[in-house]
Amino acid sequence: MSATTAKPGAPVAAWLRALLPLVLALAIGAVILALLGRDPVLFYTNVLNRAVLNRSGLQETLVLMAPLLLIAASLIVCFRAGLWNLGVDGQFLLAACFASAFAAGWVAALPYWPAMLLLFGLAALVGAAWAMLPAFLKAQYGVNEIISTLMMNFLGFGLSAFLIKTLFGDPEHPAPQTTMLEVADRLPRIGDTLIHLGVVFAVAVILAVHVVMTRTAFGLKLRIVGHNPRAAEHAGLNVRRLTFLVFAISAALAGLAGAVEVLGVRGVVRADWHPGYGLLVVPLVFLARFHGVAAIGFVFVFAVLSIGGESAARRADLPNDFLLIMMSLILVILAVTDYVASRAGR
Amino acid sequence: MEALFTNAFLIAFVTGTIAASLPLLLAGLGEQMSEKSGVLNLGLEGMMLVGAFCGFAAALESGSFLIGFLAGMAGGMAVAAMMAALCVAWPLNQIVIGIALTLGMQGATSLAHHVLYSQSFPRLPRQPELPLPLLSQIPVLGPSIFTQNPVVYLAFLLIPAMAWLYRSTNIGLNLAAAGSKPAALDLAGVSVTTTRVCAVLATGALGGLGGAYMANIGAGLFVPFMTGGAGFMAIVLAMLARGRPSWVLGGALLVGFASSITTALQVAGFNIPTDLVLMLPFGTIMLVLMLFGRRAGLPAALGLPYHRGAR
Repeated sequence: MSATTAKPGAPVAAWLRALLPLVLALAIGAVILALLGRDPVLFYTNVLNRAVLNRSGLQETLVLMAPLLLIAASLIVCFRAGLWNLGVDGQFLLAACFASAFAAGWVAALPYWPAMLLLFGLAALVGAAWAMLPAFLKAQYGVNEIISTLMMNFLGFGLSAFLIKTLFGDPEHPAPQTTMLEVADRLPRIGDTLIHLGVVFAVAVILAVHVVMTRTAFGLKLRIVGHNPRAAEHAGLNVRRLTFLVFAISAALAGLAGAVEVLGVRGVVRADWHPGYGLLVVPLVFLARFHGVAAIGFVFVFAVLSIGGESAARRADLPNDFLLIMMSLILVILAVTDYVASRAGR
Repeated sequence: MEALFTNAFLIAFVTGTIAASLPLLLAGLGEQMSEKSGVLNLGLEGMMLVGAFCGFAAALESGSFLIGFLAGMAGGMAVAAMMAALCVAWPLNQIVIGIALTLGMQGATSLAHHVLYSQSFPRLPRQPELPLPLLSQIPVLGPSIFTQNPVVYLAFLLIPAMAWLYRSTNIGLNLAAAGSKPAALDLAGVSVTTTRVCAVLATGALGGLGGAYMANIGAGLFVPFMTGGAGFMAIVLAMLARGRPSWVLGGALLVGFASSITTALQVAGFNIPTDLVLMLPFGTIMLVLMLFGRRAGLPAALGLPYHRGAR
């Protein structure tokens, strides 16, 4: 980490470092588009028009950011503590599945806000519960958490699909899916926009996580464990307990991401729904160097590409997956410029 | 119950298990080599996809399955060369680059498929198997295990070959040193970079071959995202195998068994939820971790770039 951390007091260089790779990646993307016989300028104009300059498009971009930001917060907690929780996708999906299964019923039976709070609590709990086995194996036996959390992903996908097809399924719907939460009952929107309160919540959470990790004693403890678990042990920290705590917090945040997505936007989970946000957010969090505010910026760029690119690709008669190439170019070039800059700075 | 034990059923079941586990076996053996040398290669899924696409395209153009497999290996190696350049020659973050390569190759193969095949959806003819003399005459086992595509026999031969490579040759020692104490290897006068680059390229070749098998033998066609996470599964199998090629085989067969038993049981008329059966291999792996997990035994320098002279 230390070799690649940006020097404080050099905001201009930091901006340049973030923007230059973006421009380079877009330029390479333009070359690929031109080679395919598409008009690159038109493509990028379409992306911006759809995702930023258009009122409803910008709102969709911001709405997509909500679950991604919560996942980023989840990853920042565990990565800073040196634990590689790659199981966020499973925790996300299972929590979304539980929140969605009980949403319609609880909202009907209870006053609105207590019901919503309970649903968020349930999602956080389910997410955290799904991480307890890897946490135990790590704390007790030192079993590599990358293996165990990836395994729990596959188990989580299977379990949520099974639950939706059996216990949680809506019997009146032909396709296997949970009971729909009516649009009126989803998270309240701000004014007459599409932006629901979950977006505000997600921004607040990632900022709070950033402050806790960088400015509090608790955050310092976690970072010590992350940098050197043995030194942490010698300093009198209970590494075992902290390991459980980190997994629980990280997975609970991933669970909240699932709740926000389901209660704010979708209202329903289908058995074959599987967005796989986790894998996309992991590199963004790395590039933000586990920095909460920087992560918001990277997540925004990703959301713009994803919302705007979808329509731009359709208009250019390209498969939507073309965006994956752009995403990959941005990641590689960011990593390369980062390295070159850090070497020049030494 | 009767239907379960007919010969035809057993043959289909065993053949299905082998077909499902073979790509995992090949990719897992490859990943094991790069992990041994200290490179956590998360681009494996991308290598398999490119292998699948190149293998399919070449077999379709040339009409030769051999050329298809060679092209698949070459495609996987091309992606591996990018991984090696960025993460071995240059010390970039292996997790970022690995995921970036996987994403990029998912996009690239999907785009290439869109441009070339989305109108015509070509298929390859069924490739004839090569029955082994005598062995293929054994009832049940003969037609299921010993009547396969040559790639299958090659993959199984690779297991003892790689075990021998790791245990009894200098190359194996160099690989292990690059992964657990690269500075020591450097001191001994062997280039850490060269060792790791070779390991990553070998991973690309095997992952590409696994992908080409999926496309050319398993499916007979290419569809975007057809590897469906097999690369990531192979990474986990390699990590669990603690450097032993035979354990990769065990893990791959377990996953293949679970995925083919689903179809088998449904054919036999049992109504078992597919989702639960598909969870079997992963549940088993978690159980194994709980019972025998303890130390996973990963190389000490896994995922860390080597800086000469750095402490």
